[in-house]
Amino acid sequence: MSLLNVSSPHAHRPLSTATVMQLVLLATLPGIAALSLFFGWGTLLNLAIAIPLALLFEACVLKLRQRPLAFYLGDYSAVVTAVLLAIALPPHSPIWLVAIGIGFAIIIAKHLYGGLGYNPFNPAMVAYVVLLISFPVEMTQWAAPLSLIDSGAIDGHTMATPLDVLKNNNSELVADLFAHNPGFGRWAGLGWEWVNLSFLAGGCFLLYKRVFTWHAPVAMLSSLAFCSLFFYDGGSSASKGSPLFHLLSGATMFGAFFIITDPVTSAVSNRGRLVYGALIGLLLFVIRAWGNYPDALAFAVLLMNFAAPFIDYYTQPRTYGHKAKQPPSKEESH
Amino acid sequence: MNQRLPNTLSNNMPKTYPTPGGVHPPQNKAQSTSRPIQQASLPAELVLPLSQHAGAPAKAIVAVGDKVLKGQCIAQAKGSISAYIHAPSSGEVTAIEPRAIPHASGMQDNCIVIKTDGEDNWCPLQGCEDFSQLPASELVEQIRLAGITGLGGGGFPTAVKLISSDTQASLNKAIDTLIINGTECEPYITADDLLMRERAQQIISGIQILQHIIKPSTATLIGVENNKPEAIAALEAAIAEANANNITVVSFAGKYPSGGEKQLIQILTGREVPSGGLPADVGIVCQNVGTVAAVHDAIVLGKPLISRITTVTGQACAQPQNFEVLIGSPIAHVLAQAGFDASACQRLIMGGPMMGFTLTDTSVPVIKATNCLLAATEAELPSPPPAQACIRCGMCAEACPASLLPQQLYWYARSKEYEKLEELNLFDCIECGACSYVCPSTIPLVQYYRASKADIREHKAEMHKAEQSKARFEARQQRLEREEQEKAEKRAARQAAAKAKLAAAAQAGGEQELDPVQAAVARAKAKKAAKAAAAETEAGNSTAKPETKPTDEAN
Ligand code: SF4
Ligand code: SF4
Repeated sequence: MSLLNVSSPHAHRPLSTATVMQLVLLATLPGIAALSLFFGWGTLLNLAIAIPLALLFEACVLKLRQRPLAFYLGDYSAVVTAVLLAIALPPHSPIWLVAIGIGFAIIIAKHLYGGLGYNPFNPAMVAYVVLLISFPVEMTQWAAPLSLIDSGAIDGHTMATPLDVLKNNNSELVADLFAHNPGFGRWAGLGWEWVNLSFLAGGCFLLYKRVFTWHAPVAMLSSLAFCSLFFYDGGSSASKGSPLFHLLSGATMFGAFFIITDPVTSAVSNRGRLVYGALIGLLLFVIRAWGNYPDALAFAVLLMNFAAPFIDYYTQPRTYGHKAKQPPSKEESH
Repeated sequence: MNQRLPNTLSNNMPKTYPTPGGVHPPQNKAQSTSRPIQQASLPAELVLPLSQHAGAPAKAIVAVGDKVLKGQCIAQAKGSISAYIHAPSSGEVTAIEPRAIPHASGMQDNCIVIKTDGEDNWCPLQGCEDFSQLPASELVEQIRLAGITGLGGGGFPTAVKLISSDTQASLNKAIDTLIINGTECEPYITADDLLMRERAQQIISGIQILQHIIKPSTATLIGVENNKPEAIAALEAAIAEANANNITVVSFAGKYPSGGEKQLIQILTGREVPSGGLPADVGIVCQNVGTVAAVHDAIVLGKPLISRITTVTGQACAQPQNFEVLIGSPIAHVLAQAGFDASACQRLIMGGPMMGFTLTDTSVPVIKATNCLLAATEAELPSPPPAQACIRCGMCAEACPASLLPQQLYWYARSKEYEKLEELNLFDCIECGACSYVCPSTIPLVQYYRASKADIREHKAEMHKAEQSKARFEARQQRLEREEQEKAEKRAARQAAAKAKLAAAAQAGGEQELDPVQAAVARAKAKKAAKAAAAETEAGNSTAKPETKPTDEAN
């Protein structure tokens, strides 16, 4: 008999980091499916390039850093980064664009900062912003919905996203946009609304699996909805879009459940995550409404990644037994 | 005293308060609750560590070769926080020597070894028919003499807790609530559960004794998780039988660690024990059900604490169950009675799977705080996989009952930033292990916290020492300066006197003038003395040379 000598606790909940990452990957599937259904197989192509490249880069860096390959590749974190970036990039992105993005995400944004858990900025979002600034043309051409291409309603394969259209609109009522512009659907952009709903479904699955808490996503979505309600302006030509439009447009749901919930780069306490999420929602709206970029998730997230340590500092939970607010005990009340 | 409280109906459940954090590990309690408590057999040898409680080790009062009777005191409490130890059976003291003791470090410590004679002869016992006739101080003294310590696992001497609540009451504010802890939230352990089921009357009687001592002005609450319906029913029946209407059983939904003293207090009263303080600071005394039953035995029957209920469980035991074990029984002897299969056992734990510690030696004895022996197979508690990077998922923070930020503590524990650790209230960590339990990267967080706490304590002790010696040094310095000054003053006085004398002589010698040569010599002498004095002072200031060490270092 050889008895183990280890310290407590001896029991462990059977949920590993690798499992967490696998669940996240699983939860992206509905969103990926919706993207492919409405915008063609471009996203799948992105994925097919991004995942092997990410693994390759990760392996090379691990080799350089002399870390055990299998152990670290087995945590799936590189795959998750690859998948998130591939989803964020416009469908049918050129191979070199994806390669540069993945290289930046894995080598610089992740490993140069010390690897998983040490990176202050979300690697996928860092890569996205670098690409957006360096290659604005490639990065702002989003595929047009398949149905419009097939029906010949538009020429070419790309078109402005509804967020673009609304931002540049200053003459039409929102209702007219929905009525005339082929890019608009029932509540938001054609296709976009379903993509967002699919990511929402995936996010709910992760919430159900307790992979993350509701705080950051709910705070972000609420603040976004609140801001857009404030500037809705009854759907006039100056309207910044309805809450529903914003919730179901662009990267809203993807961001809320797959980007800002990245634990490594967000605030740590639940209260902190409320603040963190709410501020991202606010920034997202501000940049959408008045900024130079049509969608602004990456900027909003990076800014708040930067602010996360400050949020943590001001939202440290009250420890048991510290400055306790005690209900009056009996003998004090008489 | 039963009139102090409005009659609380047991179906009119008092309110409980929500607490942060907590986890729900698999209970694994059913294995050991199907059989009643069984008397463990008498081992051939009993090993009684002199230090099996919190505080100072006890002092042996028997010698090798002495014959002892069951229940006879064999070691006395030494110092204010310590506990008496009694012979658990009759026999002969064969050794007082270092033996392996149950401790996380696997260390050895002094033990009294008794070879049992199989007679199990009791020493004369003196019980008390009506404890209510005795003053509180007398009862506390008897509890102290009976060697009772917290049986929930803490091992803190019970009398000390009662005395401090006594003084607390007189100093500060009265104890208004007595809380009896029957929560037993840790998986596998069922010792308290079975005790409550089978010996509820003893418990209620013990509680009444404590009520008599403490005189809680508001309530006496027994906290039990609602996964123990039999225990709750038994307690309520015993309360009804004893007509103890001022005792209320409070049950609540279980989660780990609701049985931690601080957590239970929060659940039952909504109060928080201040950081670094005692439950008495918020008007509460908390005792475990096992301890309370021992108090009953000590006061009513006069029996000292020589046995306890221990759960013996785990898949490496064919018949997991609870035993009433004599303190000092080697655990191999106890395990054997539960059908222990050594080849299947991969991890042997004293205590539960969340807070217990592993044993590598089955010769160590059961001590007063041993509530469970868990012999687990590899399938049951798999070897921990290597820790991965912290992904800052925050699951640990959500699980923490103290509302700490375990991931931040881990971060700073690794970088040894002690100030940050204290800022993040490391010392409020109760080492419950909830954070490590949920961590998806299987980081042994608690291990880091323990190590950091030890480092910080050591660091502080060193700082304290350094400060003390600095203070000593400064005091000495001041004294030296003072002495020097006094000397200089004396010298000056002497010189002045000499001068005066000289002047007087000159005057006496009529017109004769002061010899200028003599005057110059005197001046030079004075200068030299002053210089020497200054040099001496300086030397004292810059170094603490051993040769200048004064004899009265102690100030
Ligand atoms: S649970 Fe583990 S991985 Fe998650 S934040 Fe805490 S320490 Fe890090
Ligand atoms: S071991 Fe400490 S930090 Fe971890 S959950 Fe328990 S109290 Fe919190």
